[in-house]
Amino acid sequence: MTQEMTVDVRGLACPIPVIRVKKALEGVARGRVVVLVDEQVAVENITRLAGYMRCSHHCAACEGGFRIILEKPGSGGEGP
Amino acid sequence: MPGRGGPAKEPHMATEGQCDLLQLTEQCGCGAKLPAADLREFLSGLPASRDPHLLVGPVTFDDAAVYRLRDDCLLVQTVDLFPPVASDPETFGRIAAANALSDVYAMGGRPLTALALLCLPSKQVPMSAARGILAGALEKLTEAGALLVGGHTLEDPQLKFGLSVTGLVEPGQILSNAGARPGDMLVLTKPLGTGLTVTAAKAGLAPAPLVEEANRWMSALNRTAAEAAVQSSAHAATDITGFGLLGHSWQMAKASGVRMRLRAGQMPLLDHAIEFASMGLVPAGAYANRRSLDGRVRICEKVPLALQDVLFDPQTSGGLLICLPAESVEKFRQAAAGQWECGCTVVGQVEEGDAEPRLLVEM
Repeated sequence: MTQEMTVDVRGLACPIPVIRVKKALEGVARGRVVVLVDEQVAVENITRLAGYMRCSHHCAACEGGFRIILEKPGSGGEGP
Repeated sequence: MPGRGGPAKEPHMATEGQCDLLQLTEQCGCGAKLPAADLREFLSGLPASRDPHLLVGPVTFDDAAVYRLRDDCLLVQTVDLFPPVASDPETFGRIAAANALSDVYAMGGRPLTALALLCLPSKQVPMSAARGILAGALEKLTEAGALLVGGHTLEDPQLKFGLSVTGLVEPGQILSNAGARPGDMLVLTKPLGTGLTVTAAKAGLAPAPLVEEANRWMSALNRTAAEAAVQSSAHAATDITGFGLLGHSWQMAKASGVRMRLRAGQMPLLDHAIEFASMGLVPAGAYANRRSLDGRVRICEKVPLALQDVLFDPQTSGGLLICLPAESVEKFRQAAAGQWECGCTVVGQVEEGDAEPRLLVEM
């Protein structure tokens, strides 16, 4: 089974968003972490972290900021 | 050395009279500078002084001003202050002092006197910490042979500390930003990556030995580097601080009307700086530095993103970047030999070309 969790780091300055997302990724065996961000620096840093942790990532603008979807490797994408 | 620091932990506020100064600020050390692009914009409106006694002023983005009192007596003046860049008060004080003194050294001068500036949130930061900051600063001023002659304090929501330093420079020995000549070699005297390491420390992700190593470099005086530069007939020098290696290189290239070719693969780096950049522990100032140099620097695609981040990383109390003739590099190396705080890495060279992009970064 894949897991999905959401991490809201809006209003937080780096490096706190990176710490929170790193913890979330480490806590998920396989699956998806959705991150809500409102700052370009955090987007850039979380994108770098995704590469470092070998996660695929997709970032899209949404109301009030950005939504980054990180897929942890081994994930089968959407669960059954 | 990976993993020696143990597991990652959330930042914490220490209690009962002690506090981790790094957790009191968003932007650390020289990373708190206003973006270079904003600075250029608001300085551009100021009328330039035409006083013939002002030998070096704001026009050349220099590290310090030089004012002629008499033909044989040139005054160097500078000020620098910033929020904490280390957890412990003494270390913060030492780094702030080394950083402020560095502006005098970067002009080829020697410091004489200093005035301390302390902005203190007194409800958050105990007096013992304020005393510790001053004690650390005093230690470095004494090492530099400079006197603390006064200062000013403010109640302020954000802790900041720094110094205004006054010194002298010998006529004919001014190392301005505007002296670089085509054919000069570029020598860097300290490793890069202090902004990344401090950010990792703030995140609880930097092993203690790496933080100590960064603190040791940031606390080191640039005196040996300046003396060796003067002895080896350097043409120009600047210290690498908040605008990062590329930001300060650009300022020197612009002031000198030249182009610089830098070798990213040759840069001296703090241990794990690349890894911290890859992990996304890049300070906001590094992104601001990159934006400020848009169109002014051309980076070869072979330079990995994490290494580019290090080149834009805001340094606190970084080394000197010195322009000197190729035949003087060995003389510089010998003058600095045996002094750990003054490395001698050739990181690029100066070329003809008074147009953008002034900086060419190759692997």
